[in-house]
Amino acid sequence: MRRSRASTAEKLVDAAPVFAALGDATRLRIVARLCAAGPQSIVRLTDGAQVTRQAITKHLHALAEAGLVRSTRAGRERIWEIQPRRLTDASRYLEQISAHWDEAIGRLRAMVEDEE
Amino acid sequence: MSTDRIEKNVLLRAPRDRVWQAITDATRFGTWFGVELDGPFVAGSRVGGRIVPTRVDPEVAAMQKPYTGMAFECTVDRIEPMDRFSFRWHPFAVEPGVDYSGEPTTLVTFELEDAAGGTRLRITESGFDKIPLERRAKAFAANDGGWTKQAELIAKYLAS
Repeated sequence: MRRSRASTAEKLVDAAPVFAALGDATRLRIVARLCAAGPQSIVRLTDGAQVTRQAITKHLHALAEAGLVRSTRAGRERIWEIQPRRLTDASRYLEQISAHWDEAIGRLRAMVEDEE
Repeated sequence: MSTDRIEKNVLLRAPRDRVWQAITDATRFGTWFGVELDGPFVAGSRVGGRIVPTRVDPEVAAMQKPYTGMAFECTVDRIEPMDRFSFRWHPFAVEPGVDYSGEPTTLVTFELEDAAGGTRLRITESGFDKIPLERRAKAFAANDGGWTKQAELIAKYLAS
């Protein structure tokens, strides 16, 4: 609320691709897997997946563009990992509304529990 | 991680009829929610009002001040006495100068149940996935820090 307009606008431009990138079941699964199992190669990410390695690669690049994952080269392989800060941003909209409800419930509680 | 739905479960140490009144009587709803409504809740009807400041904490009231007097509107979905109350709205649509009327709404449902020592209240809000990405991104950017700070203050207040 106290932030400058420039900063707010920057954040808006920043955040929209994150929501778009997460709006796909396969990409969500990739993100979940990287979160749970840590940095992995494409070979390991494709293991047990219902889609081809090419498809996984494409999704990883989409996630990287949104700033959700990044890759580093390890020998002949590329290792993919999560960039946690952006994920936090994406969940913050619901967190805020959730906090708003917590606050409202606190007032409801005070009201109904105080009346005797 | 669901991006579509929020669910809250709380035990209120108060009788079920009192909780029901607090949620479905428009005046009583307004007291805890922080809104002054123009009429009663009627199933299928729209009711409007204005955001009013809460009296919980001067610092919180100061943070809410920019929203005071802003329009509030919801359309009542169902009223099932003592059991369930639901309405549709634009979730915390409080950004100044934004017209929310063309955007999808979320459904807020209050469900009551008897419980040992009081009443169990379940609040669910769903339909966030239909809200434009830009709105979702903008909402958290605009409110950065604000609600987190408020939640902290409320927790402090309730604990004291």
